[in-house]
Amino acid sequence: MLSLAAISAGYGTFQVLFDVSLEVPRGEAVGVIGPNGAGKTTLMRVISGLVQLYAGAMRLDGRSVGGLPAHRMVEQGIAHVPENRRLFPRLTVEDNLRIGAYLPRARRQCTEQLDRVYKLFPRLKDRREQLAGTLSGGEQQMCAIGRALMSEPKLLLMDEPSAGLAPLVVAQVFDLVHRIRAEGLTVLIVEQNVQQVLDVVDRAYLLEVGRIKLAGTAAELKGNDFIRKSYMGL
Amino acid sequence: MTPQHVMIAGLALALVALPYFVAPYFMHLLIQILLWGFVYTSWSIMGRFGFVSLGHGAFMGVGAYVPALLWNYAGLTPWIGIPIGIGFAVLLGLVVGYPCFRLKVVGHYFALVTLALSQVVMLSIVAARDVTGGSLGFTPKAVGHSWFALQFPEKIYFYGISLTLWFGGLAVWYWIDRGVGREALDAISEDEEAAASIGINVIREKLRVTLISAALTALGGAIYGQYMMYLNPETVSGIAVSLQIVFAAIVGGNYSAVGPTVGALLTISLNEGLRVAFGTNFIGAANTIYGILLVVFIIFMPRGIVGMVQDLLSGRHRGKIAFYSAIRRPSSADQ
Amino acid sequence: MDIYLLEAIINGVLLGGVLALLALGLNLIFGVIDVVWIAYADLVMCGMYLIYYLNAELGWPLLLACAVAIAWVGALGVLVHILIIAPILGSAPINQLLATGGLLFFLQSFATLLFGTDFRNIGVRLPILEVGGIYISSARLLAFAVAGAGAVALYFFLRRTFVGTAIRAIAQDRDIVGLMGVDQRHIYLVTSAIGGALAGLAACLLILQYDVHPFIGNTFGPLLFMICVLGGLGDMIGGFVAAFVMSQIIAIGGYYFSTELSYVFAFTFFIVLMFVRPRGVFSR
Repeated sequence: MLSLAAISAGYGTFQVLFDVSLEVPRGEAVGVIGPNGAGKTTLMRVISGLVQLYAGAMRLDGRSVGGLPAHRMVEQGIAHVPENRRLFPRLTVEDNLRIGAYLPRARRQCTEQLDRVYKLFPRLKDRREQLAGTLSGGEQQMCAIGRALMSEPKLLLMDEPSAGLAPLVVAQVFDLVHRIRAEGLTVLIVEQNVQQVLDVVDRAYLLEVGRIKLAGTAAELKGNDFIRKSYMGL
Repeated sequence: MTPQHVMIAGLALALVALPYFVAPYFMHLLIQILLWGFVYTSWSIMGRFGFVSLGHGAFMGVGAYVPALLWNYAGLTPWIGIPIGIGFAVLLGLVVGYPCFRLKVVGHYFALVTLALSQVVMLSIVAARDVTGGSLGFTPKAVGHSWFALQFPEKIYFYGISLTLWFGGLAVWYWIDRGVGREALDAISEDEEAAASIGINVIREKLRVTLISAALTALGGAIYGQYMMYLNPETVSGIAVSLQIVFAAIVGGNYSAVGPTVGALLTISLNEGLRVAFGTNFIGAANTIYGILLVVFIIFMPRGIVGMVQDLLSGRHRGKIAFYSAIRRPSSADQ
Repeated sequence: MDIYLLEAIINGVLLGGVLALLALGLNLIFGVIDVVWIAYADLVMCGMYLIYYLNAELGWPLLLACAVAIAWVGALGVLVHILIIAPILGSAPINQLLATGGLLFFLQSFATLLFGTDFRNIGVRLPILEVGGIYISSARLLAFAVAGAGAVALYFFLRRTFVGTAIRAIAQDRDIVGLMGVDQRHIYLVTSAIGGALAGLAACLLILQYDVHPFIGNTFGPLLFMICVLGGLGDMIGGFVAAFVMSQIIAIGGYYFSTELSYVFAFTFFIVLMFVRPRGVFSR
């Protein structure tokens, strides 16, 4: 569904990604793991259109989408849950969700989508009038994911969903990913928590210093010596 | 003696000799250019570091009115009156500047505070109309040629005074530019927090340039008043003057010593040119053009005319106009 | 209480209404685009001149002239953004400030060129109401009511509509609104249009009470900036409250002393409060 070919990108003169290629097949969950500073977040931002690529091609369902700005990417069906959630702190939970449905096509279904998200995250419904900045970490993550789902995306990008969360909450978040996948959504997750993410995705890529170092199914990577030693502490 | 020194000496000589060759009318223009150039330079002493004040009209107004009032009502010689006026201006700068700097009122906030300040000074002058004559203006008592009263009907005296002032202003500019505090000021203008964290006394440095700038501007206002022998709150204080100062300094070139003077050259010539060509038919034409020019310069040439010339001469690629990169060889110092 | 003092207080409140409306507009623009339109008061002046021209010189009905003015100043707002702000969005904030300063210069001088420095009036005389011995200009009362309605309309727009919510969102986190499908540039244009329209509305309200001349912007512009800084730049509620506080100071100061002196008080009050809370006394 999504394919990146030889992507190079960065910020101004500071290049972060070098010749990155990856595939996200429809209906699957794909993970990108790697250390801090590897460029994982930049990769997400390139896909969602926040950062423009220097070179390479990006295709969604065969259509070329490289170079589109973020708000056009959302139209194409890509939704990005940013690193650190990035909710609008002084908007209510419900406003945060509603703004997720800003697209004209999503606005018409706003009420239905809202119901779906509340069914997925009943805790959010309880807190709908609360200011998003006052939610707990786990609730914020749920709200951020819910906000992304409001645009009825085909592909969901999740940037380090477990960051800064307590282990119990992390488990809940990954359980959520399962449920989202069950709804048929294609997911691309960037994570530092290698153990957890490899349990939830079908395939994964290892990104180090801006380059893809390894690729394979989750099982393959879980069994890989290098990964086990460097990233799982085994 | 470098070629640069020779050039400067030659220029100084030419300026000093000039009055013997030109008509009084042109002397009048020259004096205005020098005086306003001095005022604009005083502004850019702090403006070049990003401490943009939109209220220098306040200092100019105070500097102009205080000695004039003291002269008319108390017979106090401007030799004492002017320092008192400067003192008031410095005090004003302190009273407004200290809380601003202490409490990190910078950028937009600072500019708006100074804008309000200049308007308030103007309103105060107008409000005290019984004393200052309000909007009708104020005329210092004329006593003919007198060193005591600092009044000279013959233009050559004020030419000398304004020339001295102008040189003095440039000297102060260079003194700050080459001085020990320069790097501190650059650091502060780049990132105040970082500067503070490496031990720079931000408040003291900012206050220093601000008060110097205020004092010089007040001095310029005072001499301007002495020369014109007529003060009007709109001409020496208020928003219009404050913006005019900023405009001239920026268009001329905020980051060089002579830039503001080039700005003065521009504004005075434009004013005179329009007056000569159209008389009183198009009041407001000059300022309309200033307004447009200011916007255009901010967008395309933020370093002003002098800055642009400097860039052309040194071959560095700066600014947004691609045209320049087409006529110069590419440089390795691309930013 | 002295009846005249009460009258001054009430007039202060009524005056505060229009100032509050303008403060909302200025804060809206600052909150979203992060620029202060120094020339904002002069956009109001433009609106006032348009109404004068349409109504007093061309004979158009007043209501129509006002409606046109609101739309026109809204369009001016968009123009300001496209021509002046957008090209320098990445520059130092002070450059943006200076650019709108150049606009101020231009607008005031151009108005002088077109209309001269005379004071112009549309000659509308609304009745003076008497309520219990207090004289209130009905023009001022009307202005207060309309300004209030405008503020309420703005509130509902920002709260209930998608674009309004996007505007509130972009003020809180500019970078990621794109991820929700919000076109930043589009929102900037809408915000500029609304800011301009609010100025246009204020022009309608002010032309009923005051003469217009090219420099009328200088009479309330600096006051407006003090209000916005007091309330916290970008803080709509803070600015709203500060507008009424400052207009009370002006009204009461003007009652006891003179109008000019009351501005001096207002400014002194402002400076003193800067000691207390520099980010705005009334901001959160």
